Amino acid sequence: MRILPLIIFSAFTAGFVYILDTNAVLPAPLGKLLSPQHGVWQNAEKDNNDFGGELKFPQLKGKVDVYFDERLVPHVFAEQEDDVYFVQGYLHAKFRLWQMELQTHAAAGRASEIIGSKALEHDREFRRMGMGYAAEQSLKAMEADPETKSMCDAYTAGANSYISSLTDSKLPIEYKLIGYKPEPWTNLKTALFLKYMSYDLAGHDNDLEMTNAKSYFNKEDFDLLYPSKQDSADPIIPKETVYAAPKVTVTKPAAADSLYFNNKDLLALHHQNPDRDNGSNNWAVSGKKTKSGAPILCNDPHLGLNLPSLWFEMQLSTPNFNAYGVSFPGAPAIIIGYNDSCAFGFTNGGRDVKDYYKIRFKDDTRNEYFFNNEWKQTEWRVERIKVKDSLDYVDSVAYTLFGPVMYDKKFSGSEQTNNQYYALKWTAHAPSNELKLFYLLDRAKNYADYSAAILNLHTPGQNGAFACKSGDIAIRTQGDWPAKWKGQGDFVMPGTDSTFMWQGMIPADETPYQYNPERGFISSANQHPADSTYPYYLGNDYPIYRGAIINKRLTAMEGITPEDMMALQTNNYNLFAEEVGPVLLKNIKQADLNADEARYLEFMRNWNLNNDAGEKGATVFSLLWNHFYKAVYNDEYKNAPATAMRPFESTLVHAVLRDSAYKFIDNIETTQKESIEDIVTPAFKSATADLKKAAAEGKLEWAKHKATGVIHLTKLEPFSRLNLPIGGGTWCINAAKEDHGPSWRMVVSLTAETQAYAVYPGGQSGNPGSKFYDSFIDQWAQGKYYTLWLMKKEEAADKRVKWKMSFKKA
Amino acid sequence: MKFLISIVLIALLSAAACLYLPWWSIAIVAFIVAAAIPQKPLLSFAAGFIALFLLWGALSWYISSNNNHILAHKVSLLILKMDSPELLMLATALIGALVAGFAALSGSFVRKP
Repeated sequence: MRILPLIIFSAFTAGFVYILDTNAVLPAPLGKLLSPQHGVWQNAEKDNNDFGGELKFPQLKGKVDVYFDERLVPHVFAEQEDDVYFVQGYLHAKFRLWQMELQTHAAAGRASEIIGSKALEHDREFRRMGMGYAAEQSLKAMEADPETKSMCDAYTAGANSYISSLTDSKLPIEYKLIGYKPEPWTNLKTALFLKYMSYDLAGHDNDLEMTNAKSYFNKEDFDLLYPSKQDSADPIIPKETVYAAPKVTVTKPAAADSLYFNNKDLLALHHQNPDRDNGSNNWAVSGKKTKSGAPILCNDPHLGLNLPSLWFEMQLSTPNFNAYGVSFPGAPAIIIGYNDSCAFGFTNGGRDVKDYYKIRFKDDTRNEYFFNNEWKQTEWRVERIKVKDSLDYVDSVAYTLFGPVMYDKKFSGSEQTNNQYYALKWTAHAPSNELKLFYLLDRAKNYADYSAAILNLHTPGQNGAFACKSGDIAIRTQGDWPAKWKGQGDFVMPGTDSTFMWQGMIPADETPYQYNPERGFISSANQHPADSTYPYYLGNDYPIYRGAIINKRLTAMEGITPEDMMALQTNNYNLFAEEVGPVLLKNIKQADLNADEARYLEFMRNWNLNNDAGEKGATVFSLLWNHFYKAVYNDEYKNAPATAMRPFESTLVHAVLRDSAYKFIDNIETTQKESIEDIVTPAFKSATADLKKAAAEGKLEWAKHKATGVIHLTKLEPFSRLNLPIGGGTWCINAAKEDHGPSWRMVVSLTAETQAYAVYPGGQSGNPGSKFYDSFIDQWAQGKYYTLWLMKKEEAADKRVKWKMSFKKA
Repeated sequence: MKFLISIVLIALLSAAACLYLPWWSIAIVAFIVAAAIPQKPLLSFAAGFIALFLLWGALSWYISSNNNHILAHKVSLLILKMDSPELLMLATALIGALVAGFAALSGSFVRKP
């Protein structure tokens, strides 16, 4: 034996192994990651992988057969009601475990556990927003109902049956790359996921931004920048609908003007805001407008475009119901889809259900706050945030009778210091059981069932569209909507007494809805729910263009086929450009343009107003509009707080259409008074500079300029699909923006044998090493659909069935 | 002969060990085989190196081919910053080879050849 070399080389080898097993030296543990029997190679799914198999679990009550078709859509047939949710939980975990856990960790403010202190601000914000508290409230409601409780219990048991079968080498690739392991699923995680959707859909507010704008601008300018009468030309429930006198009467506080509207209070706060365009389209046409004579329902929810997709497509079937559509990995039931009798789909309600109140604490201990002339005791919720590679962070959040004090001296959402206290009042904090809605909708047979089901939808409020084989169509702008006086909650409100509190909720029977309307269709695209004769305040923040174009087209259509509906869902017509384009063109001083600029202007002049993928005119218009908008307002906002609301784009459009001498056209930084021509022409010259750059990069065509991508939840580029050849955009029915857009396009024709078509920008598998990871994306980008198959039990031998999994009681 | 036997033994035992043990069991296997079948240090290193180069190279090639290299394209971009499944397989093979090579080299000093 040669001791010395033995020791030296053994130590060297051990050190080498250590380096390759950890990320102490290298950015990744390369040995562990690349070992073919342990690491990422294990996630390389065989091209001809067999997804079939036989499994036995003691929790099952009967037999469950799962048939996978060639798109890897599982058709689940269970003998027993609960078993269908057990298998749904199992399959969600099998194909989407990492995303299920990541989304619920993000919702709970636990991202720091995985990625360290860079997520701490996010975690604090979400906890201070009361996400964990809200999920616990909802869990109580979910578990108080025997049907949703057993559905959740079965789902959780199914997910855990899969999780506990996982070995390290079989973990989803993201766990291996980031270096952590999954924990058991719980019913609370399902509640957290649903709260995450509430945040995404009912978490948008402009209150802080509007408060700053109100405090910065004088009243005259403020009213011009944020007109309280937004154009509600084409609301969801058509004009001329007659509304009864309100059952809840709200009175504006006597001190509203002095303490609220005219109060100047600059906030040093910042919040993450979900995308304002978390919108969607849905519509249903009655049989009298269709070729087949049967109603057709369509829905395309616009959400963040991510991989793995938010949606997982499947069929759930038991002796009591048979539903097909998309489900949320993380929750039981089919969320958007159809069953043997009817179809259903949603768009976001978008009303302001999130308000802030300024709290007065007795002292810095925050133990007592002033309310209605007395000191009230604070309730504490201590948030302990685990941080990877660091000490736990403890954040104590004070709860008042308004809600959690989100902002205080220790938290402003940014680097700014804040010496004020603001509590959050949000409908999502109230206990509610949205799973009951989906439980009932999946089983709904007729309009009465739909009407009963939809009352279970509280937050996020949605426009629920419905169509039925009996011929009924309906829509309801459902949700928990506070009854507000005009302007209530547009800004931060005083919180030292009950004067400014919500005075009640709008009663369910005063919710605007439509049932088999004369015009033969119902539709919504996040526009105003009703016109100004509706007796409750609805706020101003609604997009108007998609709804207007949908209604215009639907009104004109007759003899509609499913193909017509697909063409409408993927329509790229830009109504916004139709409105404002001519004003811009008219005011460009042609004589001031050089040859290059004139050439680009021709693209816009010759443009057909469709945001199609290859259109250069759409790119010219879009850049011109952006430069024009900035040129009009940037001078006025130069010294405004960073968190100050900018006017809606439609506000500027309507202003210049009405009056080309709109006050803010003038550049206040110059002594002369600019006309609209003086602003549009330089804006076009600036746009041309961008256009030349785009042309040099070969990005003049609209799709290349817009660069829509479906992005992996970690933002890792190799796991994302970038630069897709898809048209559309913000103002179009086909609302495909850069990283946001139609997340599930569905057309259901309720003929005797249902004909349904759909596609989503993703794939059934969450594994980047599977060919099913992104298999639908090209089809989606091209605006094509798959024919959906509502399988019957006796079709087990059909050639579309590729694999069979059977689940039995152990 | 010893050399060939060492290579085959290290490769086979590593594959078996990795069914149950962590990836670095290849180092233990290479160490033990080199100690059990004494050779000159350099030959031991070569035996370990070649065994794992072949084993991990072949395994990753086999897995990746059956996957149409979908994963290797993405992971090579992620780890190597270039789109090359072949290079990722080479990196895999080299990492295994170096670990087993040095472990075998260490093991060769246990007994005199």
